[in-house]
Amino acid sequence: MSTTKSPSLVMLRRDFKHIARNPTSVFNAVLMPVVMLFMFVYLLGDAFSVGVDYVDYATPGMLLLAVCYGLGATATAVNSDMTKGIINRFKVMDVPRSAVLTGHVVASVLTNLVAAAAVVGVAFALGFNPSASFVDWLAVIGFVVLLGAALGWLTVALGLFAKSPETAGLASVPLIMLPFFSSAIVPADKMGPGVRQFAEYQPFTPIIETLRGFLNGTPDTSDAIIALAWCVGIGLVGYLWASSTFKKRA
Amino acid sequence: MTNSAIEVSGLRKAYGDKVVLDGIDLEVRAGTVFSLLGPNGAGKTTTVNLLTTLLRADGGTAHVAGHDIATEAKAVRKVIGVTGQFAAVDELLTGQENLQLMVDLTGVANGEQVIAELLERFDLAESAQKLASTYSGGMRRKLDLAMTLVGSPRIIFLDEPTTGLDPRSRRTMWSIIRDLVADGVTIFLTTQYLEEADQLADRIAVLDQGRLVAQGTPEELKRQLPGTHVRLRFTSVAELDAAAPVFADSTRDDEALTLRIPSDGGTKSLRALLDKLDEHGLSAEEFSVHTPDLDDVFLALTGHTTEVVAK
Repeated sequence: MSTTKSPSLVMLRRDFKHIARNPTSVFNAVLMPVVMLFMFVYLLGDAFSVGVDYVDYATPGMLLLAVCYGLGATATAVNSDMTKGIINRFKVMDVPRSAVLTGHVVASVLTNLVAAAAVVGVAFALGFNPSASFVDWLAVIGFVVLLGAALGWLTVALGLFAKSPETAGLASVPLIMLPFFSSAIVPADKMGPGVRQFAEYQPFTPIIETLRGFLNGTPDTSDAIIALAWCVGIGLVGYLWASSTFKKRA
Repeated sequence: MTNSAIEVSGLRKAYGDKVVLDGIDLEVRAGTVFSLLGPNGAGKTTTVNLLTTLLRADGGTAHVAGHDIATEAKAVRKVIGVTGQFAAVDELLTGQENLQLMVDLTGVANGEQVIAELLERFDLAESAQKLASTYSGGMRRKLDLAMTLVGSPRIIFLDEPTTGLDPRSRRTMWSIIRDLVADGVTIFLTTQYLEEADQLADRIAVLDQGRLVAQGTPEELKRQLPGTHVRLRFTSVAELDAAAPVFADSTRDDEALTLRIPSDGGTKSLRALLDKLDEHGLSAEEFSVHTPDLDDVFLALTGHTTEVVAK
């Protein structure tokens, strides 16, 4: 039995093959946030008055969108593994849960990073002028990875839980909508009552503010701590939910 | 240690109020084919899911290869192979890659050779480099079974392996199953087809609404059945009156104007029957041969048909 390969690596390689053979999902995950960035900054940007150059204001939010748009594909992929019986096959072979699910999360995070890189690239082309230091940039990357992993686990849980790939895709829609009700596009205090309070307290706002702080070179510690807490919380809930669904559902 | 591959006693499973398995007992001897026969919703897949450790039982005990399914799930998983009702193949991988995936996960030595042999044996060598999504239903089932065989499991669970397959693919699947048994593998097979159980199984258990209603060899079960018979339909009661005395062991149905005559369905006995009709100058409006199917089995054993009773 000396030839056993690490199940996690075997699974990850499988997920990469999937992405390579079904590039539409990654294409969507990368293209949509870039189109959004282009639309808001280039077409509408002059109409917004946020006190700074709009591209500088919008880019952090678009990074978050770049993470969220990748999740639909992850949910669908996990669900089709579940509903087509592939996960059951792995379960009766005693492939560890961590290998099957972590493969999906890692693939999801890497897709997020590609999309985030594309967003930053286009933002520079549109005149993005961050004042972040090298360490700030590392922090930004770290946050994108952390957010991607946290939302990735939540999405894996949604994918395992959903009855069909279609409902799994739908279940990730709120995660795509949520950034629009945060400070991603305009500051929360410019919104109508009700939405404003929602935007101030929902998890994406502190996360965006943290990214914005790092990119401006003026990180806000209290925002960062709240953002970190949200990420860890979302990730933990997602992980526990995914694990128990994986165990229960046959 | 007995030579039982699978021993089940009082196995129960319920989803909320709905009892799916209501205490079943069965024993499968090593190296034999055991068939669980029943209509949709009888609890066949649930039984397989419990025995393969995918689900936890609510009551009763079961041992697979001597290992308790509740406390030694890992040991059970090491010796079994499972091919479910829907081919669990990775559609975005080729046939070859699907098998390679299994080789990597089971860690079998000389994987290359194992893959080549399986592709050859299941007649998939030509399509090995094509994505599984392009495979026909029969090819997918074969690939699925090939994947199950990668680790050379000694006990194989086949959950309705031929449902939805065309007759030719079904025959191929049957001959593959026979080859496996010849190699000494134990097979636990579920099916909706009496013919399939009859063809393959050493023992059959009939499952109805979560209970086993009969168990035995195919011969023992068939003895309890109405058996093959010929049905003649006449145009008038007068004709039926004339024909009935000619066939001593027949049963008549005045409503439908039919006569039911036991027969083995072979050409010789059918010719004799037709000759007899001719001799007496009789002719029937309609002539048909009936072989018992799952519906007959259920009617004979439970008094109701295979229609799932809506609760």
